[in-house]
Amino acid sequence: MALAMAPRMRCLYIFNRNGMCLHYHVWLRSLMTLSPQQDQKLMFGMLFSLNSFTAKIDPVSSGKENNPPCSFYSFRTNTYKLHFMETASGIKIILLTDPRIGDLREALMHIYSNIYVEYVVKNPLYSPGQPFRCELFNMALDHYVKTLQ
Amino acid sequence: MVRQLLTDFEDVEEVNKQLDTMGYNIGIRLIDDFLSKANVTRCSEFRETADVIAKIGFKMFLGVTATVSNWNADFTECSLVLDDNPLVDFVELPETCQGLYYCNVLCGVIRGALEMVSMRTEVKWARDMLRGDDAYELRLKLIEHVAEEYPYKDDD
Repeated sequence: MALAMAPRMRCLYIFNRNGMCLHYHVWLRSLMTLSPQQDQKLMFGMLFSLNSFTAKIDPVSSGKENNPPCSFYSFRTNTYKLHFMETASGIKIILLTDPRIGDLREALMHIYSNIYVEYVVKNPLYSPGQPFRCELFNMALDHYVKTLQ
Repeated sequence: MVRQLLTDFEDVEEVNKQLDTMGYNIGIRLIDDFLSKANVTRCSEFRETADVIAKIGFKMFLGVTATVSNWNADFTECSLVLDDNPLVDFVELPETCQGLYYCNVLCGVIRGALEMVSMRTEVKWARDMLRGDDAYELRLKLIEHVAEEYPYKDDD
């Protein structure tokens, strides 16, 4: 009996430093309570605040300039897990997955370096700061995500 | 590319500006390429930034390293000196183009890349061997750190 593997990835967002959602990719999302614009704005706003919050209540950082800044990288609820990565250039990658999945920090880095930079940043037809739709990116992303299941 | 710009624009100052703009457009994309390959954490101060550009950035994209020198009193301005500039291999400036900064594209690239990591800078050539100086020296000046702002208006 062939069992179709339920995808463990739910959806992916890529934002730039100005809050513009450059890409939204969905694999499995049965519930969407807000319109896409509101959903993206809420996502960005929440992460912006969460990042600022986690840095402020950090109990170990001495607060001196030499320490790397504190940044959260995931949170989990009973129905999903949210993974987050931000680069120095302000590109934020957010991945929502099945709650049982492990740490995906390296996976997010891979998506940034080998898929986003290769197929989007290096694409001469892409205008930085604008949402993009690129078949090669989608294909590479789907292919990579399958290896993570 | 520079020859084509000279034919299109004729005015040397205009070409300098065009090169800087082209460099800027390259720089804003180059930063992601750089960040994905170089294993660097966010720089805590401008001194570190200058070192990273000179040692890692230049090495990665031009194959040469630069030396950082001539810091000003509050560490917001410095010089990047290149012993070797691969952009000018086989290039000579004729009499009619003496005002041209052949490598102005490099200034734009650095400015664009740094802007994407929240630093507004001014980058200029202080010494240019094509114009008769003894070395290639870029003057890098930090104008300000631009703090990350919440981009949405609250009433939207």
